[in-house]
Amino acid sequence: MNNPLKALWSKEHKRDGFLLGVAVGSFGITFGVLAISAGLSGPKAAVMSLVVFTGASQFAAVGIVNSGGEPISALGTALLLSARNGAYALSLSQVMPNKLSRRLLAAQLVIDESAAMSKAQSNLQDAKEAFWVTGLSVFFFWNAGTLVGILLGEVVGDPLVWGLDAAFPAAFVALLLPHIKERGKRRAAILGAGVALLTIPLVPSGVPVVLAASSAAIVSWGESRR
Amino acid sequence: MTWLLIGALTVGCYFFKASGVLAAGNLRLSSNGESALSYLTPAVLSGLIMVQTFDGGGTLEIGAITIGVVVGAIAACAKTPFPLVLVLASVATAITRLL
Repeated sequence: MNNPLKALWSKEHKRDGFLLGVAVGSFGITFGVLAISAGLSGPKAAVMSLVVFTGASQFAAVGIVNSGGEPISALGTALLLSARNGAYALSLSQVMPNKLSRRLLAAQLVIDESAAMSKAQSNLQDAKEAFWVTGLSVFFFWNAGTLVGILLGEVVGDPLVWGLDAAFPAAFVALLLPHIKERGKRRAAILGAGVALLTIPLVPSGVPVVLAASSAAIVSWGESRR
Repeated sequence: MTWLLIGALTVGCYFFKASGVLAAGNLRLSSNGESALSYLTPAVLSGLIMVQTFDGGGTLEIGAITIGVVVGAIAACAKTPFPLVLVLASVATAITRLL
């Protein structure tokens, strides 16, 4: 084993961050396959992973377009899902580099995985290293996975098309599970689901999800009064 | 999915990340604001799950998709790997449609 790799492996936070990225690769493969099955061209799917680089938002946008939704509701829902990255970025202020150009580069790597790994460290140096290793590893494997998925999608895509409209919501269930471990988040999820169900027959398509988003504010207000 | 939509997604998603990074140090979220932002993801995801599972064009509908999503949800709760969850959901829906 050469030196940089050995150094990476001997430090637990770097190894964990790297492995987290590898695990994200399977999500990337899945995104590539689903995007191709949903009718995206290979270049569009690949560019999305490269520049949007926000997993849940990418799945949501492709899923909504696939189910015949308006582009504006695909955009709105995807952005509502990505707003939490702003909160992560704020909370990572000490971890961020000082130079503006590097801060703007680091911003693109602010996602669930890099934020969680960084916040789990007990000292600043480890937190910085965990952020960069995890962020870069996820970035690499998410994009590599997408490319593999695009190639795979050309081969296995057709059978998947038969049940594709169920694959997207099933993906959202799997993406939701890590977000409902705390009580408040669970409540927001339950209220959001209820609001969406109640309003589907009442308002134009695309609006129920926006109304579901308001349960975040309601639950936050309710929890603060406890 | 148009290139315009991909461009708008890119700008929008990066906007949140970059404004968080740039505002850091000058702005601190109240604990209320922070929790509301962290509640946004589960609220929107679960709303989206309901819409994609039950919305039959403005009416609530239980059908082949519902079966697939239930199968996928059970698989996800049983910690089945992500790609397999989607395959199971998709296959269950496809089979229901063939019946």
